[in-house]
Amino acid sequence: MNQIKAIFKPGHKALIAYLTVGYPTVEATVKAAATLAESGVDIIELGIPFSDPLADGATIQQASYQALKQGITPQACLEVAGRLHQKIATPLVFMSYYNPILSFGLEAFCQASAEAGISGLIIPDLPPEEGSELEASTQRHQLDLIYLLAPTSTEERISLVATRSRGFIYLVSLTGVTGSRQNLSADLEDFVKRIRKQATQPLCVGFGISRREQAKRVAMIADGVIVGSHLLQLIEGDTSLASLKSFTLSLRQVLDSP
Amino acid sequence: MTAKDSQLPNQRGYFGPFGGKFVPETLMPALRELEQAYLMAQADPEFQREFQRLCRDYIGRPTPLYPAQRLSAKGGGAAILLKREDLAHTGAHKINNALGQGLLAKRMGKTRIIAETGAGQHGVAAATACAMLNLDCIVYMGDEDIQRQSLNVFRMKLLGAEVRPVHSGSRTLKDAINEAIRDWVTNVRDTYYLLGSVVGPHPYPTMIRNFQSIIGRETREQIMEGYHRLPDYLVACVGGGSNAIGLFHPFFADKNVKFIGVEAAGRGLDTMEHAASLAAGRTGVLHGTRSYLLQDKSGQILETHSLAPGLDYPGVGPEHSYYKETGRASYVAVTDSQALEGFQLLCTTEGIVPALESAHAVYYAVKLAAGLSRDQLIVVNLSGRGDKDLDIVAGVLGIEL
Repeated sequence: MNQIKAIFKPGHKALIAYLTVGYPTVEATVKAAATLAESGVDIIELGIPFSDPLADGATIQQASYQALKQGITPQACLEVAGRLHQKIATPLVFMSYYNPILSFGLEAFCQASAEAGISGLIIPDLPPEEGSELEASTQRHQLDLIYLLAPTSTEERISLVATRSRGFIYLVSLTGVTGSRQNLSADLEDFVKRIRKQATQPLCVGFGISRREQAKRVAMIADGVIVGSHLLQLIEGDTSLASLKSFTLSLRQVLDSP
Repeated sequence: MTAKDSQLPNQRGYFGPFGGKFVPETLMPALRELEQAYLMAQADPEFQREFQRLCRDYIGRPTPLYPAQRLSAKGGGAAILLKREDLAHTGAHKINNALGQGLLAKRMGKTRIIAETGAGQHGVAAATACAMLNLDCIVYMGDEDIQRQSLNVFRMKLLGAEVRPVHSGSRTLKDAINEAIRDWVTNVRDTYYLLGSVVGPHPYPTMIRNFQSIIGRETREQIMEGYHRLPDYLVACVGGGSNAIGLFHPFFADKNVKFIGVEAAGRGLDTMEHAASLAAGRTGVLHGTRSYLLQDKSGQILETHSLAPGLDYPGVGPEHSYYKETGRASYVAVTDSQALEGFQLLCTTEGIVPALESAHAVYYAVKLAAGLSRDQLIVVNLSGRGDKDLDIVAGVLGIEL
């Protein structure tokens, strides 16, 4: 059975965690991923750093910049994925802008990803209109290509993504870039409802989520919660990873308590 | 020209394999809205009349096509004609597009305008159009460019625009575009992104080309009137490539008119310090479009260098990539020091101070002219004037102002 599909069991709310590979170091990424796996995370998104992360806020921009300064390449990310796949059972997906993958070669990248134990890809600057080629390659290697929807998405676009996204659909909670926010959008419930009408895939909400109450609110309506920037801040602030662990455990608890 | 060529780009915004819409989902509906609004405006005689009227009364069009006899004599061969975009209001061709898009934004009911700028010429043009059309204007500009184009920063502020410095990455045009896109993603519902060159996602490359094509259409009329024939060569500098495509496009079907785009070779193509995407790059995706790009072997975008801030960009418009791939245009590269030579040559032979960007084209045209016969005609797009560059030039020449 497909690893991502297996996560979304009835009644279970998925916790999805993002890490920029190589931030602050490759070893830190490997350790943090292991900590996340132990703390109830269901899927780990490994971010391939890119020089021009135009959908990201300050935290991930900074993390990407630091990772690139250490020479992190897509090849290095594949190696990290391979190591993690040996070490933990948590499904892994890559989050990458399109150009590094295009440059690697779409088919070659999908093949290498599958070999490294990756289950899917999330490409924030690749809408379905431009995705046919990558869809073909991901399908040949049993990878899920996960598309995104945003509050600005029209019914027509929701229908397009609902036909094309595999694994789950990534719902961008707000009009904006990644990064922690004080408050989630007031329209979030309506947004999720709109998509639920057309999509049969699990719906996971990300962007801006950094608090237990926010995760709880999302879990009431969606199938999964995605956290990113806040985790990088916790890793930076406490290299022992104790804060990362306790925060992740607290999110798990919120998602598990009905 | 085949029927197919005349319809480029296709419905998905592709010129052959180049172009497209590689943007976050949040922006996809906005691009659709923009495309529809633009197509309606384009087909609306009222909109066209208003644009034409402002081109004449506000920009001062048509700009002259000036036979540069003393400059031509330096080449010693073909005659060089300068299309004087430097005489357009605000001192560069950028105003053609800024005004066109400003009118479109107004028609769409958007009141908050964002723009990016490298040399500051597009920022000034956007601030100008917004002042005249009573629109709020925010201009993103790299830190590095703010330092080297301080006069334009002051001009934008005088025109009522807010200039937001960009501290990320190489702190130049590329990063200013990143930041403008982040702003647009955040404020997409009430904000119009007034992009300055023929780059970015569809429909920008096509829409901006069409607004800038007034350069080529005028040139065609002027040269037919003065010389009763088409030119042999069109020469223009290429950063993103809007002045070049604006000159080239109306001559696309005239296969005997050769197009030459001049990129920035910076400190030399054999160094890492240049901005010649077409000459030294390979295909990739940046800022929403698939085109030639300067990137490393892992697909990371490279930092670029040119003495001319307006050419200091790692990508290029997708239509130029198509022209290169199909051989419709050829692309060459001119170094910083050669451009400076072109700059000084035009100052002393013609009494015209060109923008450093345009000086790249001037230098190449003089070299080209030398190898051609006297009955041949070269049109150079003198895309901007050089007042903004006096600090840079003085710095390179070691002169204290």
